[in-house]
Amino acid sequence: MNQSARPNNFFSLLEGALPRIVVAPSFVAMVIFIYGFILWTLYISMTKSTFLPSYDFVGLAQYVKLWSIERWYVACRNLLVFGFLFIAICTGVGLMLAIFLDQKIRAEEYIRTIYLYPLALSFVVTGTAWKWILNPGLGIERLVREAGWTSFTFDWLVNSEMSIYAVVIAAVWQSSGFVMALFLAGLRGIDDSIIKAAQVDGASLPRIYGRIIIPTLRPVFFSSFIILTHIAIKSFDLVVVLTRGGPGYSSDLPATFMYAYAFSRGRLALGASSSMMMFFMVMAIIVPYLYSELRRKRHA
Amino acid sequence: MIRKLRLLLAAIAAVTMFAASAFAGEVEVLHWWTSGSESAAIQELQKMLQKEGHSWKDFAVAGGAGSNAMTALKSRAVSGNPPTAAQVKGPQIQDWAELGVLANLDDVARAEKWDSMVPGVVADIMKYEGHWVAVPVNVHRINWMWINPAVFKKAGARIPTTADEFFDACEKIRQAGMTPIAWGGQAWQEATAFESLVASVGGNDFYRKAMIEADEKALASDTMVKVFEMFGRMKQYTDKNAPGRDWNLATAMVIKGEAGVQFMGDWAKGEFTAANMEPGKDYLAVPVFGTDDAFLFNVDSFIMFRVSDPDAQAAQKAMARLILSPDFQIVFNVNKGSIPVRSGIPEDAFDAVARDAIKAFEATARSGGLMPSMAHEMAVSPAVRGAMLDVITNFFNSDTSAADGARQLAAAVAEAKM
Repeated sequence: MNQSARPNNFFSLLEGALPRIVVAPSFVAMVIFIYGFILWTLYISMTKSTFLPSYDFVGLAQYVKLWSIERWYVACRNLLVFGFLFIAICTGVGLMLAIFLDQKIRAEEYIRTIYLYPLALSFVVTGTAWKWILNPGLGIERLVREAGWTSFTFDWLVNSEMSIYAVVIAAVWQSSGFVMALFLAGLRGIDDSIIKAAQVDGASLPRIYGRIIIPTLRPVFFSSFIILTHIAIKSFDLVVVLTRGGPGYSSDLPATFMYAYAFSRGRLALGASSSMMMFFMVMAIIVPYLYSELRRKRHA
Repeated sequence: MIRKLRLLLAAIAAVTMFAASAFAGEVEVLHWWTSGSESAAIQELQKMLQKEGHSWKDFAVAGGAGSNAMTALKSRAVSGNPPTAAQVKGPQIQDWAELGVLANLDDVARAEKWDSMVPGVVADIMKYEGHWVAVPVNVHRINWMWINPAVFKKAGARIPTTADEFFDACEKIRQAGMTPIAWGGQAWQEATAFESLVASVGGNDFYRKAMIEADEKALASDTMVKVFEMFGRMKQYTDKNAPGRDWNLATAMVIKGEAGVQFMGDWAKGEFTAANMEPGKDYLAVPVFGTDDAFLFNVDSFIMFRVSDPDAQAAQKAMARLILSPDFQIVFNVNKGSIPVRSGIPEDAFDAVARDAIKAFEATARSGGLMPSMAHEMAVSPAVRGAMLDVITNFFNSDTSAADGARQLAAAVAEAKM
């Protein structure tokens, strides 16, 4: 009796612990390789490290230095411009495309695939293609000029005032299809009967969208904002391929700044402090937003 | 701190050496020569080493003009498992030597008489506290102008030897409807042209003060303002598609006759050769105006890490010896388009441009005009070089005044020196 119960007990114990056992390795890996290295980077950012890590503590000196470098200001301003435009345009275009596609149109699957397709490409491919398209000597400008409008100018890529906007174009092209897919899934999840009821009440279609449908998409706005924000802040490959941070360093972003200082200039501590600044930026945007969203859910 | 790291590295190295001793006489070589002609050139060394019975483990890291390779090297070194040899150049050799992880190559150098074969300026970069710790491989001259004479002829312009003649020629080429300067709009290319102008406007002593010693007074001086003025003047003679352009695309503009001249190191020659153009006839390579007596050099080199296994040491020493052997110097440099770093190499295998460079190399080594290139990581630390490149590229791509440019240059360098 006792003997037969023991394995039973063992297995039920094992069964209870199994999820924890399965998750444990990846949990440990995450603690070390994400949070552990965040702390390590934080420490490195407060040392004198040059081309190899060193552990001489210097406090916040590297941060003071970082904020005295002109190029860092350019990178931060670019991130502000890029992040705002990228998120706003992607969300706007994505929502618009989703609403149009939601009108039960013909060949919807094909159109949806076409819009979603850029997501399948890496930013490196996008960057290379747009480098050609936006180059005044090869792409749009030349095309329009050869079509007869000889004074047409579209030189954002090589104009240091406008280069960051050229990056926005390519990034929006890449990501708005993905936002569209998110919104489309959200739209399809809305109960038809609400819309029917509104129609019975005599509401016009724009009014239904403005008052009923878009407000119910709130969680989708939330997740697309989170995803687009972190894409914007970690943006690296697109700029490297499209403009190499140029002309000059006019389209530099914090991520490319960090790479240059940490890995090719032998200023590891300064690079670490710039990456901590990026970390704080993400925290500053995401944490309050997350907090307000989660609190709303609890109260609802 | 450095001592602590050194101890750690030594301890870990001692442990890993035990494991490594099973592969007798192997060298593991980290390099970034991965393009066609470059990898062909480095494979010659591999063959020679294998002929002597040693084995070669290739550790090639492509991309980033060596910065990817440096990242790989740092992580290997920090984890206590560095390769036997690594392609490291310029002031970075000193950084590695300071950690105490490099092998002393004095006995090979003595036996092979490196000190009498390699010019002192180059040797100094390879030495740490008077001991050889790195082996130079090749020499590139940086201050070249690559000229399409057909373009100059069509425009009625003369091949320039002074700044005035240069801008005069540019004006004529522009009026004839062609692009005077084939400009590659990347920071290092802009710095390549800029440092040639520093030597041209200020002369060798000024170049040494500004670009090698990074002296802040020289960087903010009136001479530097003149350099910036001339540098800024070049912009009107470039086409507007230049930003971001790769160097070989700029060379192609000269080859096709769309542009008159390019400022670039002698690796540009490979492009002309590949286009079946003949030096002296289809294209000209002349020193940048005003820099006949200057030779800005880029020397690639290998550092050797300290190993304790005698077989590995033997292989390492053989590699060091073979790199400077006449056979390798000829076959490597002919393939790569550079010139030998040592004297006493027969010139007949080299083309006309290389022979000119060899003559200038020897003459400037005597006259003192042989100077390391800032743009190509030979003269100042990566931090200072980065600061200089930022100011130079920002100046060229904005409407900063020349006086502000010089001021910013001095300030940025002061910040980077820490």
